[in-house]
Amino acid sequence: MRPFEYTAATDPADAVRLVAANDGTRFLAGGTNLIDLMKLEVETPRAVVDINRLARREPALEQVAELPDGGLRIGALVRNSDLAWNPVVQARYPVLSEALLAGASGQLRNMATTGGNLLQRTRCYYFRDTAMPCNKREPGTGCPSIAGHNRINAVLGTSPECIATSPGDMPVAMVALGATVHVRGPEGERAIPLADFYLVPGLHPERETVLRHGELIVAVELPALPFAARSHYRKVRDRASYAFALASAAVALDIHEGRIRDARVALGGIATTPWRSFEAERALVGHAVSHTLFRTAAERALAGAVPYAENAFKIELARRTLVRALTIVSEMTAR
Amino acid sequence: MSDAVFGNRAPVGAPMSRVDGRLKVTGAARYTAEIPIEGVHHAVIVGSTAANARILDIDTSIAEGMPGVVKVLTHRNAPKLPAQVGKPPASRVLTLLQDDVVHYNGQPVAVVVADTLERATDAAHRVTATYDAREPLTDIRHAGRKEYRPESANKEADSASGDAAAALSHAEERISREYTTPIENHNPIEPHATIAVWEGDQLTVYDTTQYVVGVRNTIAKTFGLPADNVRVVSRFIGGGFGTKGSTWSHVPLAVLAARETGKPVKLVLTRRQMFGSTGARAQTEQRVTLGARRDGTLVAIRHESVSYTSRYEDYLEPAAVITRSLYACPNIETTHRLVQLDLGTPTFQRAPGEATGSFALECAMDELAERLGMDPLELRLKNYAERDPESGKPFSSKSLRECYRVAAERFGWARRKATPGAMQDGDIAIGYGMATATYPTNRSKASASVTLTSDGRGGIDAVVQTASQDIGTGTYTVMTQLAADALGLPVERVRMELGDTRLPPSPSSGGSQTAASTGSAVEAVCREACVRMAADGATDPASMAAWLSRQPGRTLTVRAESKAGKGDDDYAKHAFGAVFVEVRVDRALGEIRVPRIVGAYAAGRILNAKTALSQLIGGVVWGVGMALEEKTLVDPRTARYMNANLEEYHVPVNADIGALDLQFIAEDDPHVNPIGVKGIGEIGITGVPAAIAGAVYDATRIRVRELPITLDKLIMGGGSAD
Amino acid sequence: MPVTLRINGRPVTLDVEPRVTLLDALREQALLTATKKGCDHGQCGACTIHVDGRRQLACLILAVMLAEREITTLEGLAAGDELHPMQAAFIEHDGFQCGYCTPGQIMSAVALLNEPCGDSDDDVKECMSGNLCRCGAYPGIVAAVQQVRRAGAR
Ligand SMILES: Cc1cc2nc3c(=O)[nH]c(=O)nc-3n(C[C@H](O)[C@H](O)[C@H](O)COP(=O)(O)OP(=O)(O)OC[C@H]3O[C@@H](n4cnc5c(N)ncnc54)[C@H](O)[C@@H]3O)c2cc1C
Ligand code: SF4
Ligand code: FES
Ligand code: FES
Repeated sequence: MRPFEYTAATDPADAVRLVAANDGTRFLAGGTNLIDLMKLEVETPRAVVDINRLARREPALEQVAELPDGGLRIGALVRNSDLAWNPVVQARYPVLSEALLAGASGQLRNMATTGGNLLQRTRCYYFRDTAMPCNKREPGTGCPSIAGHNRINAVLGTSPECIATSPGDMPVAMVALGATVHVRGPEGERAIPLADFYLVPGLHPERETVLRHGELIVAVELPALPFAARSHYRKVRDRASYAFALASAAVALDIHEGRIRDARVALGGIATTPWRSFEAERALVGHAVSHTLFRTAAERALAGAVPYAENAFKIELARRTLVRALTIVSEMTAR
Repeated sequence: MSDAVFGNRAPVGAPMSRVDGRLKVTGAARYTAEIPIEGVHHAVIVGSTAANARILDIDTSIAEGMPGVVKVLTHRNAPKLPAQVGKPPASRVLTLLQDDVVHYNGQPVAVVVADTLERATDAAHRVTATYDAREPLTDIRHAGRKEYRPESANKEADSASGDAAAALSHAEERISREYTTPIENHNPIEPHATIAVWEGDQLTVYDTTQYVVGVRNTIAKTFGLPADNVRVVSRFIGGGFGTKGSTWSHVPLAVLAARETGKPVKLVLTRRQMFGSTGARAQTEQRVTLGARRDGTLVAIRHESVSYTSRYEDYLEPAAVITRSLYACPNIETTHRLVQLDLGTPTFQRAPGEATGSFALECAMDELAERLGMDPLELRLKNYAERDPESGKPFSSKSLRECYRVAAERFGWARRKATPGAMQDGDIAIGYGMATATYPTNRSKASASVTLTSDGRGGIDAVVQTASQDIGTGTYTVMTQLAADALGLPVERVRMELGDTRLPPSPSSGGSQTAASTGSAVEAVCREACVRMAADGATDPASMAAWLSRQPGRTLTVRAESKAGKGDDDYAKHAFGAVFVEVRVDRALGEIRVPRIVGAYAAGRILNAKTALSQLIGGVVWGVGMALEEKTLVDPRTARYMNANLEEYHVPVNADIGALDLQFIAEDDPHVNPIGVKGIGEIGITGVPAAIAGAVYDATRIRVRELPITLDKLIMGGGSAD
Repeated sequence: MPVTLRINGRPVTLDVEPRVTLLDALREQALLTATKKGCDHGQCGACTIHVDGRRQLACLILAVMLAEREITTLEGLAAGDELHPMQAAFIEHDGFQCGYCTPGQIMSAVALLNEPCGDSDDDVKECMSGNLCRCGAYPGIVAAVQQVRRAGAR
């Protein structure tokens, strides 16, 4: 690791000011991604601002609070395990709890924060190895994954510049639930729907979100979504645990008398961003539950998929994963 | 079972807990990188980022100017050292900063020494090199590959008995199939580490090695020192599996860095650096051709294996060797060919040869069984070898039939359906598979000493010493038991000292040979001590204690050597086993789970039922990893190892391992070696990949002949239908 | 910069650069070497320690982040000569071979006692999957954890 300056902020306003003041300064939350990448020298900040003590000034940052409209506000510093184990989350948004528990390991979930998880970076082999070129890490150097190893990379949302998968589980569930990210910058707070938060690589794979430098994520809000009590996260990976998704599906269904009234569908492990599939949702809504319907929705979800040499299997795997998740949710009795 | 059941005597064979268990569960056991050394400096290797290349320029100026940095060694300033000083496995062809030639990606091109780890690591990143690189070869399966038969490698390349070609052309049934296994990295959880401490011309090396004597010899010769000037210590080793059996480049580099800086130096490889410069299991492509009569009798076996080696040293993955002695067959032909790739030299990895070879041979046996409409177990029994087909010698003992019987029964093999795909549970397809396991019994010369001391109160303390190693295999424990038994002392009066070249020499902890080799020496030396005392009539603990109190210093030291003797070659020596697995495959998603593995193994006398079982378990867990998960990825353009970490190089996690029902079959073998043991460290992995592949086929009708069996191969229709 | 850490109930003052991880601070400076380094990137679990009673990975924490926090390493687990029941159970069930992953396994297992992990062996396997054991001692590890859980130890 290169040397850097370390400051432990206790006031969110200070933290924002310190980071905003300098391009080379980063927020440090759980550290499970940032410190990892600093060791690899993929990230080389000149200074880090430790935000782990901000809750002393602003306890909400570490709290999960029910909102008057039935939604939920999750502080950015809430640890992944606490969020997964939260009884309200387990009851009202099981898809989120399951997604969290399917990610990383017990130790990592105790460290990782909600804000940090949203911003974790791709596991593309080439991105994480500074001996190799990579458009995302060093714009303009090329993408060696496209003609190299790309089994773990994306089939949706790719561009000729980058095909890196967005690796997270939690964000997939949150995108499905229609979450909103609340951020605070030098110019004040703004709320960004999570579906608009992430950017596909296009010509600029180095830009992953609409977050501006110095903006601190303070919370994620989940809307009231009563039918999300019938929701599920299915993750498929190379071993039974402690591995990133090859494909995953987050699904919530509102079923009335065998007919789908409303649906939320998002896919993970196969796209350059946590992938909300409005196509699949449209295919589902208004129709009677059936295997054929689920299969149709899955076809729609993957309609634009582009395979690369090693990852063509992900297209069919993602379809089947989605069908599985839909099937499981459709068979749940409403809680 | 608690130790108390055995009182304070732990007869050989008892499931005694490890004598070093307490040290390990409290963190008191110090592994190499943890030895506290006053003023130690940290060395960090800079690995090349190209292969098949020459270094055009290497810039160390920034690194040299950084705080705390005391030295940067490159080929421009490194003193001349020989690349190889002896024979493998202890002495490999090393890359010691001697010239501008870069064979493999990750090869050491510089070593940075600084006062702290952080500074050394940072400075190492600031060393930049430019290369003139030609396109590398990174996979044995490339067009126009040049195969050759290695002249002097670690194993005889070819074998032929009878006339396989003729027998195949007349065979009533014939199948010929190709199987491949990928590059696999050992990945012990403890990274390789070396601490070098010079005091004048005396050198102490703390090293993560499976072979202290080997490191000592390599270092002494490399640096032109008398062997006595070099002490190598390795008391606790965090797993080896073969990668720590050789002295790789980083060891002399640490010694060199210490000499050039005049500081004690600690060098620990990063996980990434363990890919390339410390060996790997070689990728293999194996064609197995079987000829049989309609009743299943094998008339010919041909097993042709191609594997890779580096550009600078021949290492042969002896995949086809298993075929020479597993099944009775008059016409057996095996060949091994090498292809040079621009990668680091591969090496021994848990059951080298048998692990890869049993996958091919046992899968082919399954395919033949299916062709014949036979039960796979029945086909194996039909071709049971009563004598070693290769040498014609009798086996020192062979209880494989019993292994098949016991394991098949416990598994419930009889419930197997003859048609694949017949067992279903909702979304899950269930499959059964089985395979034979085997590993030869090796033995090398070993020596040990024992010092008996009277405590003056009628008791005796024994210290047993040998320069062997405990890589987790339980050497401390079983040697303590052997010595206690031979001496008639309670185990807690026996102290075992290992892992230090100051102790009587012992061979490498590899090839499952430690119990047979070092164990025989420990037993021999303890018996010898008893014989000496018995000559004066001291034959029981009380009279022995009395006898000892009359000796100068109240002590007796005996040293002995043990090696295979005359008549030792009269037998073929192998451990055998049978392994049965159940898999559950999600039909849609391709996820493969292994809820149940049943195995029975006959491996001579079992010295410690508890630690021996752990060895089998460990081997079987490796088999699961090899079958389903492990594969090293190399970038085809740069020969760079792309998943050189534990997140993308998948090894089994706890949740991958289902119920393991493994057991030993009692086997009394008077011929194999003085203590009647066979190796148990490697047999566990053998057969498991084939059994899993067979079970996956049984569940899905998809025959995957290319390891690992990842779900993409099932999703895409996998292997080939035929 | 100087930082005072509370390690195993005792204050330990170290002079570390911000970039020094807790793992390296423990191993190279405090000479508390029970905590192991297997991967240095959060991928193996060998460096598992407790921070305020919760299991975390020392290789992905900067030492300076932990001022005022309570750190427990394997060295702090046994009460004097008396082994923690988990340590004893690991010995009894041979939950290790080489022992290198073992400190991390034990720290993980002890933390697990206070986590909402289900009762079954499969639950334990999942909860312990962040600790790789290349020696493959998983069955013994599960048996040890279950024994301690069933005995009701905390
Ligand atoms: C071996 C391993 C396996 C893993 N497996 C999985 C998996 O299977 N599934 C999965 O989803 N994840 C997995 N992870 C990733 C893990 O979930 C993330 O590393 C973690 O969620 C990041 O959170 P953090 O708080 O540690 O972030 P940090 O590392 O602290 O920060 C990450 C980034 O976010 C920024 N940041 C953090 N907080 C804020 C904030 N409030 N406002 C603005 N910016 C902020 C930081 O500046 C940094 O750029 C794995 C990680 C490892 C190491
Ligand atoms: S896919 Fe994206 S992250 Fe990976 S190498 Fe290409 S540009 Fe870099
Ligand atoms: S060393 Fe920390 S997880 Fe591997
Ligand atoms: S005991 Fe060796 S890695 Fe677990």
